[in-house]
Amino acid sequence: MADKNNDFKKNPFSLQVDLSRFSPSQFDLATEEEKAQQEVMSESTTFFKDGMRRLKKNPLAMMSIVVLVLIVLACVVGPMVVPYGYEEMISVNGRRDKTAKNLMPFTWSKNEQKAIDEGQKLFPHILGTDEQCRDYFVRILYGTRVSLAVGLFASIIVLIIGLLYGSVAGYAGGRVDLIMMRIVDIIYSLPDMLMVILLSVIMKETLAPLIQNTVLAGLGVNMISLFLVFALLYWVSMARLVRGQILTIKENEYILAARSIGAKPARIIRQHIIPNCLSVIIISTALQVPSAIFTESFLSFLGMGVQAPMPSLGSLANAARSGLQSYPHKLVFPAVVICLIVLSFNLLGDGLRDAFDPKLRR
Amino acid sequence: MSSEYLVEVKDLKQYFPVSTGFMKKTSLKAVDGVSFSIRPGETLGLVGESGCGKTTVGRTILRLYQPTGGEVLFDGRKVTNSNITELRKEMQMVFQDPYSSLDPRMTVEDIIGEPLDVHKLYSTRAERREKILNLMELVGLNAEHARRYAHEFSGGQRQRIGIARALAVDPRFIICDEPVSALDVSIQAQVVNMFEDLQKQLGVAYLFIAHDLLIVRHISDRIAVMYLGKIVEIADADELNDNPQHPYTISLLSAVPIPDPKITRQRKRIILQGDVPSPMHMPTGCAFRSRCRYATEQCARECPSLADRGNGHMVACWNK
Repeated sequence: MADKNNDFKKNPFSLQVDLSRFSPSQFDLATEEEKAQQEVMSESTTFFKDGMRRLKKNPLAMMSIVVLVLIVLACVVGPMVVPYGYEEMISVNGRRDKTAKNLMPFTWSKNEQKAIDEGQKLFPHILGTDEQCRDYFVRILYGTRVSLAVGLFASIIVLIIGLLYGSVAGYAGGRVDLIMMRIVDIIYSLPDMLMVILLSVIMKETLAPLIQNTVLAGLGVNMISLFLVFALLYWVSMARLVRGQILTIKENEYILAARSIGAKPARIIRQHIIPNCLSVIIISTALQVPSAIFTESFLSFLGMGVQAPMPSLGSLANAARSGLQSYPHKLVFPAVVICLIVLSFNLLGDGLRDAFDPKLRR
Repeated sequence: MSSEYLVEVKDLKQYFPVSTGFMKKTSLKAVDGVSFSIRPGETLGLVGESGCGKTTVGRTILRLYQPTGGEVLFDGRKVTNSNITELRKEMQMVFQDPYSSLDPRMTVEDIIGEPLDVHKLYSTRAERREKILNLMELVGLNAEHARRYAHEFSGGQRQRIGIARALAVDPRFIICDEPVSALDVSIQAQVVNMFEDLQKQLGVAYLFIAHDLLIVRHISDRIAVMYLGKIVEIADADELNDNPQHPYTISLLSAVPIPDPKITRQRKRIILQGDVPSPMHMPTGCAFRSRCRYATEQCARECPSLADRGNGHMVACWNK
């Protein structure tokens, strides 16, 4: 055999190191430290940390978070600082001030000017007043509160119904899935704006006697009918999304592995399926918020949203319509706030999707 | 302990319904009357080409699919839907793809600990952690990596995690569903050797499913060859290698690469004619007859059953 090894001729173009030219003494054994270097692993990151890191790199998403935080802070803190109520007409020395009508931003009415000249200190009307002598800044803050609340709660309702419906359809599969998804298709094919308007008109009639003298009465019939409309109509896309997710995740081998271990369906859904489709659900909920705010504003603009004197951004814009030529700023402010909120949520949702959607992972 | 065998599979059948056009349904016979048995601590290799039903056999034994017919006995007890959860403490499975068989949202600790959670095999958190670290050590994983996620590991390490998960309940029988075919050749050797070491240490029996005859020959005590849902030959590993009887086995063995160019040049490869018939339109009689050199009229009429040719060498063929 030794001859054979000597016969072996090295290909002149081969890059292989000819070990016969070295003696064993020329080699050192690897130290423990060097061995450890072979097993270098990157720092452990959880899925959430990894996503947040990517989200932080997205300037648009971070900016929209800042804008949203500022708006929420203003909504919460603003009404505490400003000494006017959203339905309170301006009064000077305890008497109604009828001259404080349709003031421009940072101006005073005649009576107020007089009071200031006498040495009183008054809080400025940052955005002026409306035609019923109410401070416009406070009204916009309250309107933003209402719009944000509607957006968030409607999204949560949509999330809960869509998640339950979609996961049942997706996990059960077969005939159950078929029937449940046809129902979704039927709801999906209805013209939604028409349905929203019809439903809110009908519900206003039927709900009013039902909720009298309950906690819900404080919310106003229109608000509740809005939520119900969302609950009835807007969950379908969420349900479809969740079902699709569960159908794909169900096919993964780790679900089979969990079954082979002996895990029960409830455990499989809780431990494996939900965590794996959570990111997609969170993202689409974030994208659902602006659409709910938009719908609310739209309905309020048509006069079917929240009940006066409670303002919402949509109803403020509607009220500003009448004096548009003289006081255009009254339309501009609520419109800008709506734009900011909707744009921020959309950009944030896009950012979340880029950061967390595993399919887009680079 | 009534029987000699740990696992006995008797006439196992698994048909899948397939719709062929509107309102029409036929059945795909993935596994059609498979019988074999495995002794405690033994390895049975199961080979065959893609789509012959090897994986389905493994999954049906574990009741991941409802069998269409036949029965599986574990330790003399019939496996039914009511006792399968309990029996999953005794029978476990290692999956083919180490990338998709581990949940990406779970840490290694939780993946290996899941069987312990499901069967409630610990009383304190500390005991759970200790068991998990022991398992990780057993399969050659670094205990420091317990808090890491599966995607941070290489293919070989992931397959070790999958093996540790299967070992967590201390099973007596593990179905290895092509556990190394997704790995690099160098890693394959490591993992196969680990399977052997674990068997020596723990005395588990394996059903080792693979399509690589070399690996199966290395690890198995006995080998079963499958073709289109049926077992065509079972024999001891050496016997099958030296004295293959069924024409399909012969051609399969002739395709095994030998790392010596001289032998490779000299030996004759038997290349089968035609394609594998669709399992939805099986040929009558023997399933292999459409590609067999020795096919006769008898093959078309009747399907041969496994017959003992001595020493437990069973062959299903009329001619050879």
